[in-house]
Amino acid sequence: MERLSLQQYLMEVIWPAFLTTINVMTWTVLISTVIGFVLAVVMNVTKEDGLHPNRYVSQALDFLINLIRSFPFVILMVSLIPVTRFVTGSSIGVKAAIFPLCITMAPYMGRLIQSHMEQVSKETIEAAKSFGASTFQIIWHVIIVESIPGISSVICFATVAALNASTTAGMVGAGGLGNVAIRYGYNNFNDTIMYSTVAILVVLVQLIQFVGNTVYKKLK
Amino acid sequence: MIEINHLCKSFGTLEVLKDISLTVKTGEIYGLVGRSGAGKSTLLRCINGLENYDSGSLKIDGTEIRDLSKQEIRELRKGIGMIFQQFSLIERRSVYKNVALPMKCWKYDKDRIDKRVHELLELVDIADKINDRPSVLSGGQKQRVAIARALALDSNLLLCDEATSALDPKTTQSVLRLLRDINQKLGLTIIVVTHQMEVVREVCDTISILENGKIAASGTVKDIFLQKPPSLMTLLGKEDHRLASAGEMVSFLLPADRLNMIPMVANTFGADILSTNTSDYKGVPFTEVTVSIKDRSAAGKMKQILTQENLAWYAESEAC
Repeated sequence: MERLSLQQYLMEVIWPAFLTTINVMTWTVLISTVIGFVLAVVMNVTKEDGLHPNRYVSQALDFLINLIRSFPFVILMVSLIPVTRFVTGSSIGVKAAIFPLCITMAPYMGRLIQSHMEQVSKETIEAAKSFGASTFQIIWHVIIVESIPGISSVICFATVAALNASTTAGMVGAGGLGNVAIRYGYNNFNDTIMYSTVAILVVLVQLIQFVGNTVYKKLK
Repeated sequence: MIEINHLCKSFGTLEVLKDISLTVKTGEIYGLVGRSGAGKSTLLRCINGLENYDSGSLKIDGTEIRDLSKQEIRELRKGIGMIFQQFSLIERRSVYKNVALPMKCWKYDKDRIDKRVHELLELVDIADKINDRPSVLSGGQKQRVAIARALALDSNLLLCDEATSALDPKTTQSVLRLLRDINQKLGLTIIVVTHQMEVVREVCDTISILENGKIAASGTVKDIFLQKPPSLMTLLGKEDHRLASAGEMVSFLLPADRLNMIPMVANTFGADILSTNTSDYKGVPFTEVTVSIKDRSAAGKMKQILTQENLAWYAESEAC
């Protein structure tokens, strides 16, 4: 097999892979943020000293979240294949990668977002109750508003985690930068490709963290 | 009017309120006084339904709080403002939005909210901070915003939970002055929970002293300070009295017309006067005198005299 020139690599291999990675990462973050957010609200409301304590819901969620978190991602992805096929219509490709990524990320995000919601002062919540705010209003106007900076930092953290995990998702044929690093770089004994892909990832992570920090400071 | 009769409450096996009975008249400033853990904050929270009670009755204008449904409790809270030790403002929202929030929750229209917010901030004298975040305000300013928010829904009752405990003495004074002002201007009934004597002195008309979940004494501020219940002495007890010279330490409260007692105890009982401190107890000046007496029998006689003269006192003996 003839080696491609560097320019060909860049245009025909790395660039599409880069786009795929961004695509997988963005969708994963979006979907798992929404699910994680809902999980966090439910956990916050049903916890022992929450607005509507419910031991059963709270414990069931706790168990489910820990269950998912105990799977190594690769194993989770493989064992989810039948479900993935049912939900996305295929067990390979971008969608098939996004689905298990969301399943693994959402509980993490739920936990992290809940930990920020936990930090909202009890007295402030009591104050909202004292002027007759409903449970929904307390969640919306107090708990969420006060934990927005925290939630933004969770999203930043999750974006980096999704970027990392999306490289693993190359295993189900979703492509992406991680896949390029392994197939064209490592397996093909092409250090240039391998390290330049890694370099792109390094720059991406730095960029995400920088944006995340800036947004956090703005919101705080 | 708030009528509380034989109210009891427990957290698990811990009885926090034992057989509490008291009446708060419309338009007065009522103090619930006691050390931390005495149950005063819990009692306050029973009034607006933030806590429920196990037995007894708590009626506001004839309505039993325990019988109210969730929705009715929300309606009730519309008429009851509450302020807290840590101000409890939403840190990420401007002063304007903080004060507007209760009205927003009750779906007031925008113009009405806007007008009311300006009115309230004018009333609590903080109109120039309208667009600031709470984080740039001082403690006193934050509490003013909290008061404005508590009054937003045209409350006729204000509950204050250690509202000045996190403030320095000067700021405490200004917040207390504000409370007294709005009490007079708006005819608002105010219930203050506090452990600070200056709060009692500055604003309260009537107080109840709580000790271990029970009412140890109740009455007008003037009467309580004249009648010297032991619970008051426990509250007034100051740690630093222990540090003075050996012997027995006696503190007593004198009304202005009895200040001649000071030279009398000094001469007759050989007492060293350690401190005198005159304060205004709701328009009535009282002087708190602390003396030290080496001779224990002389100390005993002095206490007898004080009791005969109907003066409030308390004593602390030194170990050495």
